[in-house]
Amino acid sequence: MKIIIVGCGKVGVTLAERLNAEGHDITLIDKDAAMLRTVADRIDVMGVEGNGVSFQVLAEAGIKQTDLLIATSGSDEQNMLCCLMAHKAGNCHTIARIRNPEYVKEIQFIREELNLSMVINPEREAAIEVSRLIKYPSAIKIDSFAKGRVDLMKLEIPEESELDGLKVFEVNTRLKCRILICIVERAGEVLIPDGSFELKAHDRLSFVADHKQAQDFFKKAHVTGNAVRSILLIGGGKMTYYVAKMLEDTGISVKIIERDFKTCQRLSEVLPKAMIINGDGTDQQLLLDEGIEQCDAIATFTGIDEENIMLTLYAGSLNSKAKMLTKINRIGFDNIIRTMNLGSVINPQLISADRIITYVRAMQNSVGSNIETLFQVAKGAEALEFKVGADSGVTDVALQELELKHNLLVACINRGGKIIIPNGQDMIREGDTVVIVTTQQGLKDLRDIMR
Amino acid sequence: MNRKMIFYILSWVLKIEAILMILPIIAAIIYKEHEIMYFLISAGSCALCGFLISPRRPKDVRLYTREGFVSVALSWVLLSFFGCLPFYISGQIPHLIDALFETVSGFTTTGASILSDVESLSRCMLLWRSFTHWIGGMGILVFVLAILPTSGAENIHIMRAESPGPSVGKLVPKVRSTAKILYCIYLVLTLVEFILLACGGMPVFDAICISFGTAGTGGFAVTNAGLGGYTVYQQSIATIFMILFGVNFNVYFLFYARKPKDALKSEEARTYLLIILAATLLITWNVRGYFATLYESFHHSAFQVASIITTTGFATTDFDKWPSFSKAILVLLMFIGACAGSTGGGIKVSRIGILFKTAVKEMASMIHPNSVKIIKMEGKPVEHNVLRSINTYLVTFLVLFVASVLIVAFDRFDLETTFTAVAATFNNIGPGLSAVGPTRNFSEFTILSKCVLIFDMLAGRLELFPMILLFSPRTWRKQL
Repeated sequence: MKIIIVGCGKVGVTLAERLNAEGHDITLIDKDAAMLRTVADRIDVMGVEGNGVSFQVLAEAGIKQTDLLIATSGSDEQNMLCCLMAHKAGNCHTIARIRNPEYVKEIQFIREELNLSMVINPEREAAIEVSRLIKYPSAIKIDSFAKGRVDLMKLEIPEESELDGLKVFEVNTRLKCRILICIVERAGEVLIPDGSFELKAHDRLSFVADHKQAQDFFKKAHVTGNAVRSILLIGGGKMTYYVAKMLEDTGISVKIIERDFKTCQRLSEVLPKAMIINGDGTDQQLLLDEGIEQCDAIATFTGIDEENIMLTLYAGSLNSKAKMLTKINRIGFDNIIRTMNLGSVINPQLISADRIITYVRAMQNSVGSNIETLFQVAKGAEALEFKVGADSGVTDVALQELELKHNLLVACINRGGKIIIPNGQDMIREGDTVVIVTTQQGLKDLRDIMR
Repeated sequence: MNRKMIFYILSWVLKIEAILMILPIIAAIIYKEHEIMYFLISAGSCALCGFLISPRRPKDVRLYTREGFVSVALSWVLLSFFGCLPFYISGQIPHLIDALFETVSGFTTTGASILSDVESLSRCMLLWRSFTHWIGGMGILVFVLAILPTSGAENIHIMRAESPGPSVGKLVPKVRSTAKILYCIYLVLTLVEFILLACGGMPVFDAICISFGTAGTGGFAVTNAGLGGYTVYQQSIATIFMILFGVNFNVYFLFYARKPKDALKSEEARTYLLIILAATLLITWNVRGYFATLYESFHHSAFQVASIITTTGFATTDFDKWPSFSKAILVLLMFIGACAGSTGGGIKVSRIGILFKTAVKEMASMIHPNSVKIIKMEGKPVEHNVLRSINTYLVTFLVLFVASVLIVAFDRFDLETTFTAVAATFNNIGPGLSAVGPTRNFSEFTILSKCVLIFDMLAGRLELFPMILLFSPRTWRKQL
């Protein structure tokens, strides 16, 4: 497909890189020629210098032949206008990044009136994930499938856990639960384990289960953290706002530390239940005063990655029981960051990129089996949810008889709301949605799972 | 530096050269010439070396600017060496340096020859000689890019190193698709020319060779008289197509993309056509006494101007006998060259245009020191680093040119010969004036001079830097 991406920011470049790898023709529009050149040196894309709202610039980028325009520039209004222009000029699908909390309530109206195919709000998407993580404090990452019925969770096996030394096939029988371990990350390697794979402490394992089974598993494996009753949010940005808003009615007490007085006032206005502290979040004395040693969860959501990392490490040294959440914007040092004890690392860009790629893939095969959702589970490993069509070629055959690709797992079948964690005898039927976990890149159709 | 990847690219270049040699082999079969075995040997050794230096695709396929430059320069050197084998081992060009000179002149689309009697060569050799123009015109690595199964953005480094012009833009988002489009335009234009020539009564073999020579803006002819022996119609077709191949290929792409307005607006193409028109009219007036009618004088002037500015180097008449004014114009045209992004050589019209605008701007700022003016080309501001690279190019060009003239001057030819010999090879034209004029050839130079001229041709075709960087120790250093 021909895709135009407006804005060479972090999301724009991440998207360009991943969509290009999937074989799409990408044109980038940005006002910064130097930035465009650097990107074009690294990724096989074409750069057009100029304002993405301008019709002439869009025409130069070939809007008439374009299938999809993604507006990810810094300004919401510019993104909206850009999508509107693109839709009028090229009648293409449009995705806009709109992140200002003021627009959240009217987002449905904006979407319909501007003919947007999709609106992406990185901070809000990330906040949804954060609030989920707070529900399961021992999980590092939670994604949900099947309209929220199934969770894909990631957790790190603590030392002296019952899981340490257990083989994968023993987990369900020993712990009397029904989960499916999909991916194990060990020392930077991402593996899809078979039954005889032996788990070790510090492995990060991702598993699929419905809510009840997941809770059971956490309890029986004794990896449940303490339930979160209080959370300390450092930094008063958009993500903090969304998280606080979502936690407002859950009875969890929220405390926000923000440096800027005006921001504090504004936050207090929209978050009447939260306690807003005006002060420097990097001030150790202030943090101690505000009870960093006692709270159940600490989220470092300032705008500076380095500050977040330092704060999380510091907080971890004072309060080892608390659930840590760290926001990292730059993904370049992913492999280093993973070796540090930062709890759950939240990357709004990556989350939005996942959502958009899901959309693009779904758009690409509007016939046959669709991708409903897509998540990057670990570096190089994806979980995809497909809707099963009649001609997918995998229906009504027992899974063990299907010739599946290597490094690929059918993790879950959702049959009209009933969740099946499959074994070899189960089969996929038409109308199901299935979750596939794989380290194979660029899976676009359910048919692709066959060898 | 990723040497394995460079070897991988080189191996592909050699394999493709082996495949390209099939064309002269077919010609040898058709004309039942015994030279077929020399091509079979050459193609075989090409393929063998190709397979030997890099049997399989390396794991690490990353390429950076440095690898781009080095692989392009080395590819051209290797390509020329293997390309000269048929001439050398068949004994039709007995001396290795001469054979190399002829081949380099072919691949770089120069068209300078060391042969005094072209007609003595067998047909398949002549075809191969002209075919090298066609291969070199668009660039062998662009071809490799179009078919090589790599996906990375790194390919832009190769394209940038091989394509002529101050800044290389892609036509479509993917390098590989861009390369394919360029080759398609190239192929279609060549075919149209061939059909027009063949329909105009030119023998098919000649039409093929002349089309190759025009397309690559090379200039090897198949008769001793150059293009002088053909009809006015055939010469006019050649004139038109020389001019067409000297136009930036982006213009054709814009036509293809149904944006004819943008295509016609191209500032570089307009300037280029304007220069051709002005030069033609001036020379027509200047040489009117040498021809029977004014039309004839116009016809030959137009042909010569087109031939020189596009750096093709065909000749219909011995322009060395023309008056000094006309010769001076032709020498100036040699340096201007064709448009960027075409198959022609020289400094390029866009560079000249930008340099000219810079000079005007600097002069204006002497009178108004605080004035601010942005230099524009094709309606867009020229970025500072493009300006800088053009200045660097010009200085490097002059230094290399002067050095070459000094070395070639040891050969005791007159200044006109020495100067135009270097100018004609450096700008990839072919014939110069005086002793290297259109009816003469380069065979009388010493081996040293020939080597310098070979280097000049390669440097000129690859826009100086890849060849120079090949000799810089910093390029080969493993550490930073």
